[in-house]
Amino acid sequence: MIRERTLNGLVLVLLLAVPLWAMFNDQPFTITLATRAVIFALAAVGLNIALGLGGLVSLGHAAFFGIGGYAMGILAHHAQTYTPVMELPFLIEGTKSMPVIWLVAMVTSGIAAFLIGILSLRTAGVYFIMITLAFGQMFYFFSISWAAYGGEDGLLIYVRNDFPGLNTLVPINFFAICFTILCLVLLLNGLLARSPFGLALNAARQAPQRVQTVGLDPQRLKLVAFVISGVITGLAGALFADLNRFVSPTMFSWQMSGEIMIFIILGGNARLCGPVVGAVVFVMLEHFLGGLSEYWHIYLGALLLLVVFFARGGLVGLIAGREVAHD
Amino acid sequence: MSTILIIEQILNGLQSGIMLFLMAAGLTLIFGVMGLINLAHGSLYMIGAFAAAAVAGLTGSFVLALIAAMAAAAIAGVLVEMLVIRRLYATDHLDQVLATFALILIFSEGTRWVFGSFPLFLDIPDYLSGPVTLPGGIQYPFYRLVLICVGLLVAAGLGLLITRTRIGIQIRAGENDREMIAALGVDISKLYTLVFALGAALAGLAGALVGAIQSVQVGMGEPVLILAFVVIVIGGIGSIKGALIGALLVGLTDTLGGVFLPQLFKLFMEPSAAQSSGSALASMAIYILMGAVLIWRPTGLFGARP
Repeated sequence: MIRERTLNGLVLVLLLAVPLWAMFNDQPFTITLATRAVIFALAAVGLNIALGLGGLVSLGHAAFFGIGGYAMGILAHHAQTYTPVMELPFLIEGTKSMPVIWLVAMVTSGIAAFLIGILSLRTAGVYFIMITLAFGQMFYFFSISWAAYGGEDGLLIYVRNDFPGLNTLVPINFFAICFTILCLVLLLNGLLARSPFGLALNAARQAPQRVQTVGLDPQRLKLVAFVISGVITGLAGALFADLNRFVSPTMFSWQMSGEIMIFIILGGNARLCGPVVGAVVFVMLEHFLGGLSEYWHIYLGALLLLVVFFARGGLVGLIAGREVAHD
Repeated sequence: MSTILIIEQILNGLQSGIMLFLMAAGLTLIFGVMGLINLAHGSLYMIGAFAAAAVAGLTGSFVLALIAAMAAAAIAGVLVEMLVIRRLYATDHLDQVLATFALILIFSEGTRWVFGSFPLFLDIPDYLSGPVTLPGGIQYPFYRLVLICVGLLVAAGLGLLITRTRIGIQIRAGENDREMIAALGVDISKLYTLVFALGAALAGLAGALVGAIQSVQVGMGEPVLILAFVVIVIGGIGSIKGALIGALLVGLTDTLGGVFLPQLFKLFMEPSAAQSSGSALASMAIYILMGAVLIWRPTGLFGARP
């Protein structure tokens, strides 16, 4: 048994070491794989704020993942076709600049999370799971029938977007951007969990009545957590779209929501690095089992069942023991 | 747009609604009695369809195919309940979602492994195919009418089972207070297995019946599963009556929306834009309906008030 903090450090160092090794050995595919893991981890870290800290089981986070993806897709699509996004009431041009795209992705998914959160938080328990699922499906079907942006076929972006001062076409550079963002968000997540807001949120999940008694509004705490969560997952969506240079309705699908949730549970619910471990293990399984057998989903399913039965705290819980999350 | 078209579409909506009810009834019973979210219910639907297609291919008998569908789904349901689900009753929803998601992966890939990736076809038997003429001169496929009738019969039977029989009393008691009926000497674990098998058989039947008008393929269960969840959430989880009304609402909204919303938009938009925004709104309509119902009544139309 090692301490969770040591484990977190180890995971991040490993996650950095593998692509560096791949760079020196000229294996760009490994770097892409690692980037994919990092982006999935980011999406799951986002969901973990709602799920782990706030106890909000959202099966609709693909909505924010997809909104981020489409924010990138739409802006870059207009930039590459030299058409404005819209002209009325004021002119908005497309862009290939990553920071601008991220900002747009975060703001739009934040607004969406606010609206979805306000409506969904009226319900609780299994109804909450289902209503978030329904909102996710709404976006899914909307994107399918949105012919202006590719409908079912999605949008193809020819060249990866630009980041000031870096050539993003070099795989390791793009990995570095994603990895830096992941570390920053993890830092933010750690601080948030220990902040007065995080403590109040934790309490709101465990004993909403008591929180109400001391004069805090549990619903408002949960709403704020839901919005933060949506913003982070939206950012991950924009990065994911940039990694593939492709956006399609699949990013909105409920299987995507399920996968993001799987990362968390596989790694360890409410653990700081649980989502990271989960995403990395998932991407590795996808790669190696996928290479072994066409039917690798069977093994994945069996493994998930084992985790549910024998490793309730996820992989992090299995290794670092059942200490209380976030110290 | 003619009256005939409207009546046809209403019948189509009823037919898809009543098939959804077969799925939703099992799901809502399982959730109501055991408090379990079963994402793998769509897989049981798929198993039913595949079993029916396989048996129909071997024997050529549609009735045997339907029986095989129900039996295969029920057996799969019982196995799953005894091996996996039984360990999940005491856990929270999160674990249930994950474990049953895992079951979907196993069932889908397993079926692909056995039957291959190509869709199978289940033919409507001659004595059920062809159109019939309804009063008013409307031509309508006989098979779809049969589906509506079968669904209504099952709904009635289920209603009688729940309200009039001893098993029904135990199921309702189980929904209200598990510990109490266990204390009164009902073998709760046998009851759970029975409810699960019943729900699975209904899903298998729906899969086979619908499989005859669509193709039978891996992954056919998941879209229906999501719709069935929408249905039971609208109706209120645990309520058979809610499931029936929710299923009809969803079936009608989905079918009528898909046909009439684009037409409606054409009244004030140019045709191509109306077609695309109309069908966009139509595909979102049931989720908007569900959102609206939940905002109005957070536990569905007939759900227990907290």
